[in-house]
Formats: sequence, structure tokens, C-alpha cells
Amino acid sequence: MATNYKESLLKHYADKVTFSEEKAEEFWVEKENFLEIMSYLKRMGMDLLSDITSVDAKEYFEVVYQLFDHASGEHFTIKVKLDHEKPEIESLANLWCSANWLEREVYDLMGITFLNHPNLERILLWEGFDGYPLRKDFVNDHHNRMGAKPQ
Amino acid sequence: MSDAVKTQTYTLNLGPQHPSTHGVLHVVVEMDGEYCVASKTKIGYLHRGIEKLAESRTYPQVIPYTDRLDYLSGISNNLAYVLAVEKLMGVEVPERAQYIRMITAELMRIASHMVGIGIYIMDLGAVTGAFYPFQLRERVLEMLSQLCGARMTFNYIRIGGVAADLNEDFFKHYEAFLKECPAFIKQYHTLVDDNEIFHARTKGIGKITAEKALNYGLTGPNLRASGVDYDLRRDRPYLQYGKYQINVATTEHGDCYDRYMVRMKEVEESFRLIQQFIQDIPEGPIMAKVPKVIKPPVGDAYHEAENPKGILGCYVASDGSTNPYRVHFRRPSFSNIAIYDEIFIGHKMADLVAILASFDIVLGEIDA
Repeated sequence: MATNYKESLLKHYADKVTFSEEKAEEFWVEKENFLEIMSYLKRMGMDLLSDITSVDAKEYFEVVYQLFDHASGEHFTIKVKLDHEKPEIESLANLWCSANWLEREVYDLMGITFLNHPNLERILLWEGFDGYPLRKDFVNDHHNRMGAKPQ
Repeated sequence: MSDAVKTQTYTLNLGPQHPSTHGVLHVVVEMDGEYCVASKTKIGYLHRGIEKLAESRTYPQVIPYTDRLDYLSGISNNLAYVLAVEKLMGVEVPERAQYIRMITAELMRIASHMVGIGIYIMDLGAVTGAFYPFQLRERVLEMLSQLCGARMTFNYIRIGGVAADLNEDFFKHYEAFLKECPAFIKQYHTLVDDNEIFHARTKGIGKITAEKALNYGLTGPNLRASGVDYDLRRDRPYLQYGKYQINVATTEHGDCYDRYMVRMKEVEESFRLIQQFIQDIPEGPIMAKVPKVIKPPVGDAYHEAENPKGILGCYVASDGSTNPYRVHFRRPSFSNIAIYDEIFIGHKMADLVAILASFDIVLGEIDA
């Protein structure tokens, strides 16, 4: 039986989710309610956390989650805004194992901290690398490849 | 006496420079005698920062970089990126171009699986079995090089269509491919399927349950080998796949043997699809009308495509300029190998090599 995720989400968390006007499958969540809503979606049957990525919007960070129910093909893009000074968000590694590495990648390249992550360390770059390369203030300095310093 | 005798675990480095790690994968395994008790997969030796580089290139200039992700299936990677940009721009692609894209993507799947299977068999100790599939791959690469002049770094799919139309030389090689492919598949099944050594090395090794596979975000043949019937070409169709009935191959055990079997079945299915596509391909233009300077509107788009290794997702964010504001690739091999640390435990060293190879990983994609 196919679950109507959008309807039940709006029924239970009408004041906590903001659906995008252009894209039917996309909604915003506040950082405080994030874990609660993700746990709810997991219980409802969203079983494939396909991707986690992040965007440095200069004033704030955006973390973008792609969540699927493989049986019905239902899909959600979930976006969370984070403070630029101290970007922190709850880890999903206890709900979906796939979050473990995906979050480590975001932490490594964008410098977003995932709280309660079982093993939050750099994954593509080495420990001790200075800065987070995907941030917009990171200088892509070809002459100093061994770790350009952010200005 | 027995109180005094103790065993000790020892640490063994598998890779990063070792032929059976398919590139520069580094696994630090803790062994208790013959058996693995803990493991830690380390990646990043081939990290080139493609996502960061993309931010200083224009939209079309990013396409060649995607060839270097999973370098065994360049066209499929081109496709996922281009589809995401087209989604962002709202471009309507001509039908003929869509068919050509499907044909080349399926050819790519055959070529990629041929390497995947060949190297896998080689890691298990066979040499003949390793080079047979390369013959068929060669046929496919010959066809594709007639289209775009390259054998691995294609840069063939363009925003709005494809770079060149199917030509006479392509069809010349296609005829040969038509003859060889079914014969090869039959021959290869006879060679490998019932081989006693192959059975002993792969049956019941590296078992993954359906639930665990989904939880770890496995996709593609590795997911389907665990019995999860999920294929984007059928379940969230893109291009013209929705028009066709696609028989998704699945197996139930989720062990190394099944991962081989699923790939062979997929090759058969792709071969059938290619013939249908070539039969049905309409006449018409191969490029949509797109502006000379590509400037997508402000916003973002995410598109997933069923690649040979699994689902390649591409996230593109635009700030309205000629360069993408952010490009992110969800690489299937990266998500697939996160499960290694868990399934390695309890297996012997030789089995680790079998499991590693059965996933058909490409390090260019894992490290991006």
C-alpha cells in the first residue's frame, strides 16, 4: 500500500515543514525539528537516504538531503538552513547507515559538524588539512597545493 | 601450558598500491590468524576536487570532468550531469537525441560490466576468464569511438543533445557487435557459471541482506543482487525509458556469486534494449535550440541516473551566472563501499579480495 507522505507530513507537522512552491517534492525544515521529522519519515517507510550535500550560500549554509522510498518511488528533497558561524546539525547515522560516510564527506569538504556522529573525521582529505575547500572563502591556490589557507 | 599460550591479532594493510584493490583503495584490516576481526576503509588517494574545480568552469566545461569520475562509463556520467543542468534550464531535448543517449548509455553499461566481471574473475585467480570480456568491451569502444573519437574520455553528451549523430562506421561495428554479443554471453556462462573453484570462492561469501543493503545506500547491481527490485530506468524513468518494458534482474542471496550473476543478466537485458532502441529511433535533429552562452536561472536541480555501478545523482545549484555555483555528485561506488567495514568481519583474507572485487568499484568515482 502506497503511503501518501506529503499528506501525512502536513497533517502531523503542518507548522514545522515548509513546502517549496515550485517543486512539489521539496521542503524546508528548521534545524530544531529536523531529527524528529526525519525519524518520522524513516518510520513511515522512507528507506533509502541517497545523498547528502551542502551549499555555502555565504550568509548561511544549506544542507540538502535526498530521501527515497524505493518501493513506491516517492522522493523528497529536504533542506535545512544552518548558521554560517557555527554550522551544526544532528547526524542521521543512527537512522540510515548510508549517512555515516555522506556526512563525513560534507564535514570534510564544507566543515559542517554533525552532532552525535559515531566517527566524524575527514574522509577524502587528510587529518590536519587546513580549511574546508568547498567553502566560498577558500582560495583555490594552485601554487600552494599542500593546503591553501582560507582568508 | 594452555594458560601461557596466547594469540595476538595483527594489522595488515590491503593497498593502497595493490592490483586487487582496483586502484588506490586502502583497507587496514585487523587479523586474528586467518580471519578478519576489524577493518577500516580509507579513501581519498585519488581526490582531485572535481566539485571545487567545477565552480570555476562554465557549464559545458564541466562535462569532460565527469568522464573522469567513473572512467569506465564516461557517457553515463556525462548524461547524469547534463540531465541535471537541462532540468534546471527546462530544455526540451529532441527525441532522436534521447534515443542516442539511451543507446550509448546501454552500450556503456555493457562495456563497464565487462571490465567489472573480467577484473573480478582475475582477482579470483582466473586469467582466461579475465580477458574474454575485454574482447566484447573492445567492440563497444570501437563503436563509441566512431561517434566521438575517444575510447574512454568521451565528452559526448551535450547540454541540449549529443555531439554527433550515429554514422555509417558506427553501424558497421554494430553489425559485428550484434553477431558477437549473444555468442559471447553463452560462451562466458559455460566458462564461469558452473566452475567449481568459482563456486567455492563466491557462494555464501560477503552476504548482504536486502534491508541492510538499502540502509547502507547500496544501489545498482549490488543492491539488486540482495533481492531489492529497484531500477531507476523502470521506477523513476528518464529519457524515453518509460516507453519500454525493462526486465530488472534480481537475485536473492546477496553473495558474491549473485553479484556476478546480476551483472551478466543486465548485459543480456541491455543488449536486448539496444536492439529495440536502434529499431525505434526516429529521424530528426540531435540538438535542441540552446543559447550559445549557458546561463541557467537561479535555483537548483537534482537528477539521478541508473549508471552501471549504481545510481549517479547530480546536484547543480545556479546563481544565474555562466559558472555553476555548486556541483555535487552522488557517486554510486562511494556509497557502495561504506558497507565494507561491516561485511569483511569474519572472512578470510582471500575472501576479502573476492568481496572487494565483486562490488565492481572504481576509485576515480569514490574519490571524485
